[in-house]
Amino acid sequence: MNMQEFALPRFSLRFFPIWQRHWLVWKKIAAASIMGHLADPVIYMLGLGYGLGSLLPEMGGMSYMAFLAAGTVCYSTMNSASFEALYSGFARMHEQRTWEAILNTPISLDDVVLSEILWAATKSLMSGVAVLVVIWLLGLSHSLMSLWMIPLALLIGLAFAAIGLIMTALAPAYDFFMYYFTLVITPMMLLCGVFFPVTQLPESAQMVASVLPLTHAIDLARPLMNGTVPPQALLHIGVLLAYTLFGFYVSLVLFRRRLSK
Amino acid sequence: MQSIIQVTGLQKSYAGQRVVDGLDLSIHKGECFGLLGPNGAGKTTTLRMLLGLIAPDAGEVTLLGLPVPQAAREARIRVGVVPQMDNLDPDFTVAENLLVYGRYFGLTDGEVEARIPSLLEFANLTNKRDAKVPTLSGGMKRRLTLARALVNDPDVIFLDEPTTGLDPQARHLIWQRLRELTQQGKTLLLTTHFMDEAERLCHRLAVMDNGRLISQGSPRELIEQNIEPQVVEVFGETSAEWANEHAAKYAQRFELSGESAFCYVQDAQPLVAHLQAQSALRYVHRPANLEDVFLKLTGREMRE
Repeated sequence: MNMQEFALPRFSLRFFPIWQRHWLVWKKIAAASIMGHLADPVIYMLGLGYGLGSLLPEMGGMSYMAFLAAGTVCYSTMNSASFEALYSGFARMHEQRTWEAILNTPISLDDVVLSEILWAATKSLMSGVAVLVVIWLLGLSHSLMSLWMIPLALLIGLAFAAIGLIMTALAPAYDFFMYYFTLVITPMMLLCGVFFPVTQLPESAQMVASVLPLTHAIDLARPLMNGTVPPQALLHIGVLLAYTLFGFYVSLVLFRRRLSK
Repeated sequence: MQSIIQVTGLQKSYAGQRVVDGLDLSIHKGECFGLLGPNGAGKTTTLRMLLGLIAPDAGEVTLLGLPVPQAAREARIRVGVVPQMDNLDPDFTVAENLLVYGRYFGLTDGEVEARIPSLLEFANLTNKRDAKVPTLSGGMKRRLTLARALVNDPDVIFLDEPTTGLDPQARHLIWQRLRELTQQGKTLLLTTHFMDEAERLCHRLAVMDNGRLISQGSPRELIEQNIEPQVVEVFGETSAEWANEHAAKYAQRFELSGESAFCYVQDAQPLVAHLQAQSALRYVHRPANLEDVFLKLTGREMRE
């Protein structure tokens, strides 16, 4: 066992040029990317919102569409961070050898992993804001409190990017990510209160949901969209931060191990 | 002479297998130093340890006067690297690749922009400035990778098999550029398994096998120290029979490989005279070269 692999991350400002690189790549495909951020979540939100919403009187004290809106922002930020950290991250690490090129400069692996997390969170922020703009335009949220959704989208992005990178560090090939999406991401969408309140689930499922990061994200988002201060806000923020730090540290150790071969 | 890279007792094992086994090297300022060895000899692992990308199990590395891996980050500010496989950014143009890479060294955009024209000229890519990487030929990509390695005006350049996969024209252009770099006083450390490349470019060479250094010196010294000066290659269906019967009489040493017999001799005249009378055999008489040394030192068996 090599103790250096377990060393705490050493941060430096050298991560910033890597973030700039990702930004420059993104700018070249910005139109398609924004389209991707918007189309899927908005179609689901409107489809289910109008379709199911017309059958449901109200949910959690608001219209079903408004209920869905908060969940939609959260899961679309979750998805964009996860796709970026897994597929694009793997491409940069393995396929394109971008990391290898960067590591030959004065930049360390700690900086590279940090920039991956920050970049994926940036994508989450963009995707969250894109959905929020639609929500505001549709008049589904009137409260100024909903502006807090912007930093929340970044925090959700950080948490899911960090845990997603653990998968990237372990992946032998792209196929591996299917396990994560079908066994982790999709169940989270159904367990964590995106489409219906968690309290509708059997007790055992509620127990599981209570430790999942998306549940805490939605527990923050829904009151904010509705103009109230989320109960136990610090707890939820703490859980998302804990996932971020845990994912960052574990993925960094795994990347150190993988790339020292 | 000033030592730019100093290595003592370097060791690295993977899963109980010694990949680098007690390596000592001293590379001087301004020289082109070649690291030769068959696949799996430990060349790339050695380069990665010199750059501080992986930690050695034992031994010491000093790069540009700085201890590695402890101060690898500071040392790499003054190092350029041409990796074995291209890792250019496919989404970017030629100029964007240089700009983005320069930023990694902490250079401002203005500083990199000022260098880009001369880097492009050096790489013969001036008219490809705005071309996207996937549209470049293999040789152009290699030249761009070389230009990228120079973006920080490094004192030392590491080149891991810089011309593998290139056509002869592209290789000659790279060689010419590498010679220009040594003339500018840069120190070059390159790995290769092309012996003609090593012979033309390198002031000094080290041959590695199984993680150890088995011979070191200038190309001429390596040939003089390790092998007879003349080689006669004998071809033909009956070459093996002929060699087993006669070769030992004329040659200090001979080796069979397929339908060829390689005869290593101090004086080729008696052997050539004998071969002229053998109508079934063809032969080539030539001075010994680095490839002969390499094959003698590392054997003729395939390495996978």
